[in-house]
Amino acid sequence: MKPAPFAYLRPSILEEALAALAGTQGAKVLAGGQSLVPLLSMRLAAPSMLVDINALPDLDHVTSDDDGVRVGALARHADVLASSGAAAAQPLLAMALSHVAHPTIRNRGTTVGSVVHADAAAEMPMVLRLLEGSVDVASVRGRRTVPAAELFAGPLETTLAHDEIAVEAFFPALGPGAGVAFQEIARRHGDYALVGAAAHVETDGDAVTRARVGYVSASDVPVVVDVTDAVTDPAGDPAAAALAELEPAGDIHASAAYRAHLVTVLTPRVLADATDHARRRAGERSSA
Amino acid sequence: MTSPAPEELHDVRLRVNGSVHEVRVPARRLLSDALRHDCGLTGTHVGCEHGVCGACTILVDGRPVRSCLMLAVSAVDAEITTVEGLTEPDGSLSPVQQAFSDCHGLQCGFCTPGFLTTITAGLRENPDPSEDEAREMIAGNLCRCTGYQNIVRSVLRAAEIGAEGPASRSTDVDGGGEDR
Ligand SMILES: Cc1cc2nc3c(=O)[nH]c(=O)nc-3n(C[C@H](O)[C@H](O)[C@H](O)COP(=O)(O)OP(=O)(O)OC[C@H]3O[C@@H](n4cnc5c(N)ncnc54)[C@H](O)[C@@H]3O)c2cc1C
Ligand code: FES
Ligand code: FES
Repeated sequence: MKPAPFAYLRPSILEEALAALAGTQGAKVLAGGQSLVPLLSMRLAAPSMLVDINALPDLDHVTSDDDGVRVGALARHADVLASSGAAAAQPLLAMALSHVAHPTIRNRGTTVGSVVHADAAAEMPMVLRLLEGSVDVASVRGRRTVPAAELFAGPLETTLAHDEIAVEAFFPALGPGAGVAFQEIARRHGDYALVGAAAHVETDGDAVTRARVGYVSASDVPVVVDVTDAVTDPAGDPAAAALAELEPAGDIHASAAYRAHLVTVLTPRVLADATDHARRRAGERSSA
Repeated sequence: MTSPAPEELHDVRLRVNGSVHEVRVPARRLLSDALRHDCGLTGTHVGCEHGVCGACTILVDGRPVRSCLMLAVSAVDAEITTVEGLTEPDGSLSPVQQAFSDCHGLQCGFCTPGFLTTITAGLRENPDPSEDEAREMIAGNLCRCTGYQNIVRSVLRAAEIGAEGPASRSTDVDGGGEDR
């Protein structure tokens, strides 16, 4: 259980990191290492070089305003979870982050690293998709913004080029009249979820105008399903609508049938919670 | 694989428990191994080597972190505390160590260094945890012996000792800490 040899660079300016990634075949970014180092130790990954971004300046921010929350590439899960500004602008962040691993892992693992690691069993890639956020990436060719809908290409795979560094993730703020909820089933708190679900519901008065649910570990990529029709139709079945677009798989932790069952249980729960949340927020606004 | 050039070594200055250790390591040296083999601090234990068991937990700038998931070369700017650094300056047991002794919070002791570091940091953040919070504090660490009940008791006892202050601690304990 030891990594294979690799070259190592710990640049203190972004341009140097980008040049090293562009100029070295098989080079990889090292952020918090909470996913990459186990892969190295198990020799499931053998990069030729690691470009450690932990000494780069000005990347550890968590800034919030009316538009949303901007999370720098070196902000740890724990920093985002502790940010009261982030919790106020987009409550789903803290709801989901408290389920990401254990506090010890959250002290080191970065939220941006988790997003670009693109694990379908991870909470934050799904959250970015559900919230219709984006990631800012840099390379020797310049900067670009990748919307979440265009980020995830396959299991553990994004559309980022091998020499691009994700410098910031943007999670939009929760709009007026909208509500969110998150629930997951895991064997122990802090373990990867057997299945997790987050809902984002928009309301106008008593009416639901849009309802979407994102799923963790219910397909091999982060999936978000629009269930507005099933929610607004009195005879509709949002969980069945969701299952039609999911492909739960079986493994040593749970069978495919059990995962499908959890989708059926969690979908109505998170939709009800998010709808309540939206109405409470609307109530607070009108009484304020 | 191209021609296997001799592996490059990096000179790394590690600051551990207030002392400086100059080590020469390949980039792939895990911090857990650097502490144990290069610094001779074998109090940090290595169980799973992929982040799951918590035996290797150390404090990096005061926060608990898995040392098996950090490279020694990335620890250059960090202030590291291992289990050896938890004892009081006079060599007596810290409140958490004393509580483990009082409550039989260990059996084989393999997992103990990771629990001690995790709980030390946890109590700094929450000095008066409820039983549920004590369980939550240790949820990321595995123990194959105790069944956890006495570890939960140790967390609560350590909080008590911390609140009472140093005077109330039993005085006749064998500190067992390293002279520093
Ligand atoms: C015991 C344990 C339990 C865990 N449980 C959970 C869980 O329940 N839920 C969950 O979501 N996660 C869990 N994780 C994973 C954790 O959230 C990781 O922190 C996260 O997935 C990766 O972030 P990182 O900063 O550690 O990235 P790293 O491990 O450093 O990198 C991961 C990958 O992303 C790339 N990368 C990282 N940052 C960038 C960047 N800025 N630009 C370009 N590429 C980048 C790397 O090259 C690498 O391929 C767990 C981890 C452990 C060890
Ligand atoms: S040895 Fe590091 S967590 Fe198990
Ligand atoms: S005391 Fe033996 S593993 Fe915990």
